[in-house]
Amino acid sequence: MKIYVPGDSAAISVGADEVALAIAEKVNGATIIRNGSRGALWLEPMVEVETDKGRTAYGPVSVADIDSLIAADFMHGGAHPLSLGESEKIEWLASQDRVTFKRVGIIDPLSLADYEAHGGLVGLRRAISMHSSEIIEEVTQSGVRGRGGAGFPAGIKWKTVAGAVSDQKYMCCNADEGDSGTFADRMLIEGDPFTLIEGMTIAAIAVGATQGIVYLRSEYPYAIKILQKAIDIAHAFGWLGSSVLGSDFAFDLKIRVGAGSYVCGEETAMLESIEGKRGVVRAKPPLPALEGLFGKPTVINNVLTLSTIPAVMADGADAYKARGVGRSLGTQVFQLAGNIKRGGIVEKPFGISIEEVVNGYGDGTLSGAPIRAVQIGGPLGAYFGTDKFETSLDYESMLAAGGMLGHGGIVVFDDSVDLAQQARFAMAFCALESCGKCTPCRLGSTRGVETIDLIIQGVKVDENKKLLLDLCEVMTDGSLCAMGGLTPMPVKSAMINFPEDFTGEVSRR
Amino acid sequence: MKYSTWSQEAAFAVLATLREEKGAVLMALQALQKEFGYVHQEDVALVANFFNNSRADVHGVLTFYHDLLTEPPTENQISVCVAEACQAVGSRALEKDLKAKFGKEVHDGYCFGNCALGPSAMVNGALLGRASVDSIAKARK
Repeated sequence: MKIYVPGDSAAISVGADEVALAIAEKVNGATIIRNGSRGALWLEPMVEVETDKGRTAYGPVSVADIDSLIAADFMHGGAHPLSLGESEKIEWLASQDRVTFKRVGIIDPLSLADYEAHGGLVGLRRAISMHSSEIIEEVTQSGVRGRGGAGFPAGIKWKTVAGAVSDQKYMCCNADEGDSGTFADRMLIEGDPFTLIEGMTIAAIAVGATQGIVYLRSEYPYAIKILQKAIDIAHAFGWLGSSVLGSDFAFDLKIRVGAGSYVCGEETAMLESIEGKRGVVRAKPPLPALEGLFGKPTVINNVLTLSTIPAVMADGADAYKARGVGRSLGTQVFQLAGNIKRGGIVEKPFGISIEEVVNGYGDGTLSGAPIRAVQIGGPLGAYFGTDKFETSLDYESMLAAGGMLGHGGIVVFDDSVDLAQQARFAMAFCALESCGKCTPCRLGSTRGVETIDLIIQGVKVDENKKLLLDLCEVMTDGSLCAMGGLTPMPVKSAMINFPEDFTGEVSRR
Repeated sequence: MKYSTWSQEAAFAVLATLREEKGAVLMALQALQKEFGYVHQEDVALVANFFNNSRADVHGVLTFYHDLLTEPPTENQISVCVAEACQAVGSRALEKDLKAKFGKEVHDGYCFGNCALGPSAMVNGALLGRASVDSIAKARK
């Protein structure tokens, strides 16, 4: 009898390990599989049992529920107050369009047999049989854009690296998912690590890289463990190493663990950090594609970009680009976070509205109070009020609305939020995390905190607001990377969309 | 967590495992901290000599990264997420209460990727979701 208890760290954070232990102790003959999470995080720990009808789910399960679950014969799908019915028919999940996340929560993350049984390695095997230029053409045609936030077409980046001549090229995966409100990289790595490895292998073959590095943040200890195990399994299987699946291609893969620096999620700072140095941003050009890690041509992609590649290669560019809107093709893995009743992973084609994600899937706030603001795209993304909820979630529409899609994280706040405090935090976070290279970012962020404090205290409010906007302009125009360049986005959007919080009057409402 | 007692020989033994690594200074400091609990002052010169870097470079790396400690860690390590998603569910108040109760054990964290189940905290390496002062107190040693 197979019983699935997620080993995803979010599930573990609300007791999945204890539940797994209790089931192992009390249910005779149970084979417990620690799958990833299906992404309905408010239902975690979500326990599934395999029955003749398929998998049946219960959640959220706590250790105290195990006895009553056993009494209800949950091992055979028996009815129970926590019963969620057949897993595949849970509306919240069934209505999604899972491409990048299609195996997450379904398979045993560390079973290669399970991975292959669910379509794994099909894309890589096809790529091996193709010419490098054909792989790049397929990826370009699919329209896949960089999921880290910049949205740069993956195929074009690959083409630049493929065209560079060098004795050594690198394939780097940026898994420094530091944006608050984002957790898709982590869940993908914990729930389906072979997909990332497959995507990296395809990218490496396409551009001619033989060394791969995953830069994974230290705040994700569970993901580090799972990915290392998956890499070891792939080596033992003859997937990674001197001959990829028996082909002439060689590809080795290593993890480098970050050390608690947000700016190292910026690609050039990441390269410096992998080289063992301070994570100080580099000027571009030269592009990392031509002079990247250790000065060699380097292709850098986000976890989600790379994890989407196997599906593109397996099903073809046409199937992928059939989804989405305008120039935002395919699906986006939205992450619904913060003060939200039903938070988690919502993978849908680009073009779904904020309203559909936040109220449709999220069902409003956890606190029950009205939603006042959402921040989309991480700490450098804009704050929107509910008046912007009809905005389509795609790269172009978000830009036009004065925000950005970023890595697809949506953080929800109820009516207790003070947007002046949020703006202050954006500046304070920048002051803490700035690498120090550009003066507007290094000093401007501290001046920004001071100026917002004066506004909050009601000191020369109009003058200081003008000063703050001027400072934002200098930071935007005078910083090399997105840290200093985009910190003004949450600040300015808060000022523009929530002016009532910047009047200097203590009791706003 | 139990750490080894620092000695120059023991530190060299850690560094020797990284001899073949390219760009190993950060990795070396991380490895030393893992073994001995924090980076000792003497480590800076050792690492610099071992990897043929300047002491200034190594000091620069040591002081750049929030993870790297230059003093012995407290017995319990509590990191509470104070980033936006957790702020939205009360992490500012939680942080204040935790600091009042557990003092130097408590550090600010910036996102553990558990943003739908906040407030989040990491206690001695274990992730807690929907964290409270009580649940964190229970997770302490």
